[in-house]
Amino acid sequence: MSTTRIIKNGRIIDPKNLRDEVADLFIKDGILVESLSDQEAKDALITDASGLVVCPGLVDVHVHLREPGQTHKETIETGSWAAAAGGFTTIVCMPNTNPPADTAGTIQHILDAANRSAVVHVYPTGCITQGRLGEKLAPIGSLKRAGVVAITDDGDCVQNNEIMRRALEYCHMFDLPIMDHCQDAAMTQDAVMNEGEWSIRLGLKGWPAAAEDIIVARNAQLSEMTGTHVHMQHISSAGAVDIMRRAKSRNVNVTAEATPHHLALTDERIKDYDTNSKMNPPLRTEKDRQALIEGIKDGTLDIVATDHAPHTNYEKDREFDYAPFGILGSETCFAVTQQVLCKEAGMSLNDVIALLTYKPAELIKLSAGTLTPGAVADIAILDPEGTWKVNEETILSKSQNTPWWGDVLTGKTIQTIVAGKTVFENGTIVA
Amino acid sequence: MEWTRKDLIGIEPLSRTELETIFHVSSAFKRILDRTVKKVPVLRGKTIVNLFLEPSTRTRLAFEMAATRLSADVVSMNADASSFVKGETLKDTAKNICALNADMIILRHSAAGAAKYLSEIIDIPVINAGDGSHEHPTQALLDGFTLLQHLDTIESKKITILGDILFSRVARSNIFSLTKLGAEVTVAGPATLVPRSFESMGVKVVHDLKTALVDADAVMLLRIQHERQSSTHFPSLGEYTSVFGLDKRRAEWLKPEAIIMHPGPINRGVEIDSDLADSDRSVILEQVANGIATRMAVLYLCSGGSITGLENSTK
Repeated sequence: MSTTRIIKNGRIIDPKNLRDEVADLFIKDGILVESLSDQEAKDALITDASGLVVCPGLVDVHVHLREPGQTHKETIETGSWAAAAGGFTTIVCMPNTNPPADTAGTIQHILDAANRSAVVHVYPTGCITQGRLGEKLAPIGSLKRAGVVAITDDGDCVQNNEIMRRALEYCHMFDLPIMDHCQDAAMTQDAVMNEGEWSIRLGLKGWPAAAEDIIVARNAQLSEMTGTHVHMQHISSAGAVDIMRRAKSRNVNVTAEATPHHLALTDERIKDYDTNSKMNPPLRTEKDRQALIEGIKDGTLDIVATDHAPHTNYEKDREFDYAPFGILGSETCFAVTQQVLCKEAGMSLNDVIALLTYKPAELIKLSAGTLTPGAVADIAILDPEGTWKVNEETILSKSQNTPWWGDVLTGKTIQTIVAGKTVFENGTIVA
Repeated sequence: MEWTRKDLIGIEPLSRTELETIFHVSSAFKRILDRTVKKVPVLRGKTIVNLFLEPSTRTRLAFEMAATRLSADVVSMNADASSFVKGETLKDTAKNICALNADMIILRHSAAGAAKYLSEIIDIPVINAGDGSHEHPTQALLDGFTLLQHLDTIESKKITILGDILFSRVARSNIFSLTKLGAEVTVAGPATLVPRSFESMGVKVVHDLKTALVDADAVMLLRIQHERQSSTHFPSLGEYTSVFGLDKRRAEWLKPEAIIMHPGPINRGVEIDSDLADSDRSVILEQVANGIATRMAVLYLCSGGSITGLENSTK
């Protein structure tokens, strides 16, 4: 007998299919269907979504799950809980693990752990270079066969332009995008925050926006030369947005993401040396923040991704210079993003959900992120007006390093459904 | 005139009145230092820990002497001789010091914000003796105190800070202090070490030495800090000296009665000509001497010492 579900009376927002209506959503054996037979409907599990938004499960192409090697910060299991709590049903994990994910064996290890313990779909990425050292290409063909959806040295940036050029050429034959963390290393040595008025005042080593812009420009040139899709991770500066806009006007095969924190916060946050506002790339100025919002609105920046980067309290609770870069992102993403893009910038909820669903999925050629009949029933039920407090109970990540700790946010995940099965409800993971 | 702070983390949070309070109390302690018995019992029974996690001669010695003059017991700790080399964090070290019943910590640390961080995790007073490139508040206090002795007032005076401003905590604390006290502050030096963004702190940014020195009432020289900056900021010490080094000829651009200051340690022949450092215009050693009285004032005030009580005991 089939297992059926009906999600009733929700406001269905399915941007890919230009759908925005109050209706029922039907699921049969984990797949979205147009309708159910009378008998199937009678047997169906009913979920009342009145007054709530029912949309495709969110897709995050940028998370750090820390497994293998740094499981004191996060595991594939706890990272998937955090994702589910944020309404995500598909996440793409970065290869800066220990060891780095630069062999098929490590990818297999990640996939095995995901199969065993993750409550959402987990897709791995593999390294561009062996050991993420920027010196020799990783076995990209084997990584592809092992199941990676993209190639990246995230956390580090290949400095040698010749290696990067060859990486792009080589990836092209496997139809794999390269995701690049755009950072000139020499210009940012020992830097801990954006270079500007705040770094001057605080006496902290500054990180110029140009160090990002230069690599974005390089990547655009190399993408134009090779035709390979380059995805620029966590764009943070106005200059980089401008370079992206010009590259796109020439139809260069480039895409870019913005994170919720770069859209919401500026380097002023660091005025009291708050290590939970220390991340890479750094929070920049209000001018940069406005440029990011503008870039999202006009499509220069394609998607929102979180860069969920867990670190323990004891690692973050120390001198600013010594604290690691990165903050949590999964749980707070929807609330923060809709706050900035809907409430502040006037975008529609549909457009914001598009940035978090089918657009990131298409970017890495996954079929996720829609409510098209026949698709896997990955669904988020959200309350855009629902408020919640960021604390020990709502953060399901193993770590707590978020600048919104203790804050009340608007925009709440009510239920997360993966392949027809509820994995998150009432604030907890449903085993 | 009152003082309510338990910590001295920086000059930035202080009001002009608070600065003047410290100068007032410093004068009282300076009078004591001129006596035959240079000691007062105001901190008797208190233990002050000098936690110096970065090399220092002058500052550490001055704090030790200031504490001794106030009759406190002083224990000094260096990074190389402590558990830091074994990987203990600042937080754990500080908690241990508190558990040993210390009454105050004086912290020198290479990371900006370290003193503020420490003050938030422990209850006893924390005095910042320099945090990375951020602040060195007691240096700015002794500089301000020295300036007041020579110029009577700092209001409307033209004061130039010359050298490596970018990496200098002395520069930042002096910028905060001198602008609060009403001075017209110019920062000068190579463009790589004196970026335009310092203008946001309310000072003039100048990259031409003559423009920086003409009509100045005082010039503060800063050491070119080899250990702090990468090698990319200027070609060589020789080039620095040829463009920005202060010698007798260039010192003529200053006002005739202008004074020359330096927080030390000086690099003779680099930022300042050796003869000039020893000349009448130089107040470098006075600064060092004033470092005792001003630090006594800071230790006294942050320990909760009363201003009127002090006035009675120093009459």
